[in-house]
Amino acid sequence: MNKIKSLDDLRKIKADVEGKMKLREHSENAENLVQIKVAMATCGIASGAKTVMDFLVSDLDKRNIPAVVTQTGCMGYCYAEPTIEVTKPGEEPIVFGYVDTKKAEEIITKYILTGELVDGIIPVNYEKIEDKKN
Amino acid sequence: MDTKYKMYLLVCGGTGCRSSQSNVLEERLRKHLKENKLENEVQVITTGCFGFCEKGPIVKVQPDNTFYTQVTPEDAEEIIKEHVIKGRQVQRLLYKDPDKKEIVHDSKHMGFYRKQLRIALRNCGFINPENINEYIARDGYAAVAKCITEMTPQQVIEEMKKSGLRGRGGAGFPTGMKWEITSKSPGDQKYVVCNADEGDPGAFMDRSILEGDPHSVVEAMAICGYCIGADKGLIYIRAEYPLAIKRLKIAIQQAQEIGLLGKGILGTKFNFDIEIRYGAGAFVCGEETALIRSMEGGRGESTLKPPFPSVSGYLGKPTNVNNVETFANVPVIINKGADWFNKIGTEKSKGTKVFALAGKINNVGLIEVPMGTTLREVIFEIGGGIKDGKKFKAVQTGGPSGGCLTEKHLDLPIDFDNLVKAGSMMGSGGMVVMDEDDCMVSIAKFYLDFTVEESCGKCAPCRVGNKRLYEILDRITHGNGKMEDIDLLRNLSKVIKDTALCGLGQTSPNPVLSTLEGFYDEYVAHIKEHRCPSGRCKDLMKYEINPENCVGCTACARNCPVNAITGERKAPHTINQELCIKCGACIEKCKFNAIFIR
Ligand SMILES: Cc1cc2nc3c(=O)[nH]c(=O)nc-3n(C[C@H](O)[C@H](O)[C@H](O)COP(=O)(O)O)c2cc1C
Repeated sequence: MNKIKSLDDLRKIKADVEGKMKLREHSENAENLVQIKVAMATCGIASGAKTVMDFLVSDLDKRNIPAVVTQTGCMGYCYAEPTIEVTKPGEEPIVFGYVDTKKAEEIITKYILTGELVDGIIPVNYEKIEDKKN
Repeated sequence: MDTKYKMYLLVCGGTGCRSSQSNVLEERLRKHLKENKLENEVQVITTGCFGFCEKGPIVKVQPDNTFYTQVTPEDAEEIIKEHVIKGRQVQRLLYKDPDKKEIVHDSKHMGFYRKQLRIALRNCGFINPENINEYIARDGYAAVAKCITEMTPQQVIEEMKKSGLRGRGGAGFPTGMKWEITSKSPGDQKYVVCNADEGDPGAFMDRSILEGDPHSVVEAMAICGYCIGADKGLIYIRAEYPLAIKRLKIAIQQAQEIGLLGKGILGTKFNFDIEIRYGAGAFVCGEETALIRSMEGGRGESTLKPPFPSVSGYLGKPTNVNNVETFANVPVIINKGADWFNKIGTEKSKGTKVFALAGKINNVGLIEVPMGTTLREVIFEIGGGIKDGKKFKAVQTGGPSGGCLTEKHLDLPIDFDNLVKAGSMMGSGGMVVMDEDDCMVSIAKFYLDFTVEESCGKCAPCRVGNKRLYEILDRITHGNGKMEDIDLLRNLSKVIKDTALCGLGQTSPNPVLSTLEGFYDEYVAHIKEHRCPSGRCKDLMKYEINPENCVGCTACARNCPVNAITGERKAPHTINQELCIKCGACIEKCKFNAIFIR
């Protein structure tokens, strides 16, 4: 371990570790942040949900957008996988379907940052899957 | 090294959860992560106590805040396969609200956490206590840095005074004032002592802080050292706290390696280092003068005050003794400011208090609430009420020095002064809840038994007086008490309180006085009617068989460990009272409700 010889040294360590602990810190007050759930059941994983999740985590981090990305089980929109649900603080959740990294980028740039809606929204209804297919 | 984890599994590494194998659980979680090649995405972290000891071991999953309870090593695989890989919570491990019978998905929505405010416990259950960097990331050591680089000792003392922080070790002495007195005491060498003796039965607040966030105490001791002009700190901790000792040692070593303890801290002229001293687990050694004698290698006996330790303490030098929890509050006060702190709490008691909830309460565990929270909120909302739907009878606060508070005190806002007014005291924060089955005379006897054991024996009022109190209580519980005994208890209590040498004897009659006050009728029932209303005192109980219900099945006779029950098959049995040891085995076995207690 390097010795801390000044206040600046201490601040440097703090800034460094803080970044690594950001996620844990954020999850303590998730309701005030953008929350993204990625459907990661078999169908989601098969269609690339993991890549999307990795992208979301690193891209949000790069842009310094405080957000909490979690995975959930199957949301029931297997036909439209990968799907993600985005909840901005104080707003209703919105579900996006067929999300690849390109779409994910668009969702961050447009919906999360400016509130502009993008294609691929699945009307949120938690009824049966059959209803949605029609 | 620079991995970005996407998920964290926080596993409680407190003493309670450890004893139910949380360390094995942790190993398994790691193993299954590795098998699934997830070790670089998901990190397992050992934390300090989450407080919800009733349902340990606890695993908290972040970022989704899932709160798993009573997790066994066997559950590790399912957590990884289901939650981590497929994103599905393991339903059977989630906490179920006992009232609403609903599953609670995350800790935020648990009644247990809703009313809590965590200042002293801010890092417990969040950081890895064995990693100084995680402490630093949460503003750790920023307070001591601010003090020694930007403030004069007097300015820090003023801030502490303004915060209104009072000692959490029992008496509630204003911390800033104590620091000021010690700083002004002349002496070539001074000492900072942390009192981690924690001898109250049922208390584990200080242990949990040391296990979950040892650096907060290390940092605060350095701040205190700066204020009073000491370069040496001593932590007096009981040897029965091996995990707390281990984490403290790691914390001290890490702070030394990184240069936050030692000579010329942060490039200033300030030197400070800490040593650990071990106690053998004697209650009286928590009393500051006895503690100092013990650290000096002498017998753990109290000495007369004054002189106070602030003037003449360890090796006769000015010594500032503070409690673990008191220290844990200090860095936050410096970081957030006295004005922030003194807005929390009541007029004369600022901030929060950590309590260890124990006894007949649903959520046994560790909690921290703002001063001024009522007993009702603590017991019924946070504590989840009384076990098995029984009726609340009393709550004992302040340990052997405190008293029993009753129903009528439930809406009392908890603070130092209110508890004293009600005939108890804050003490270090143990709270033992009693229900209708507890006999209050026996409770008083239990605490006196403890005091008699723990008295150092130096002064007669404590050594002899408490023994006599115990004997009187003992004969009352055996049905041999007289009404005069009540006056005797009252008088003797008063004399002991007035004449004992130290705080131990000065407060030891409190359990007697407060139960006499709140449960006078119970004393009378024992004495006049030879009856224990709660059915606890064995000598006042008689097991009998109702011949009308007894069918002579012989189940009771066969299970009686002392062969006290006799009778013909298919004919009513009888119990020989001479032989009966009142163990209750017969009642349990009887299917015909034929055995009853008189
Ligand atoms: C019998 C007895 C036992 C005590 N035990 C403890 C203890 O275990 N821990 C503690 O911090 N203070 C204990 N105290 C209080 C200490 O004497 C002292 O007041 C305290 O450590 C000062 O710290 P504070 O101002 O931060 O509360 C005890 C006092 C008495 C009379």
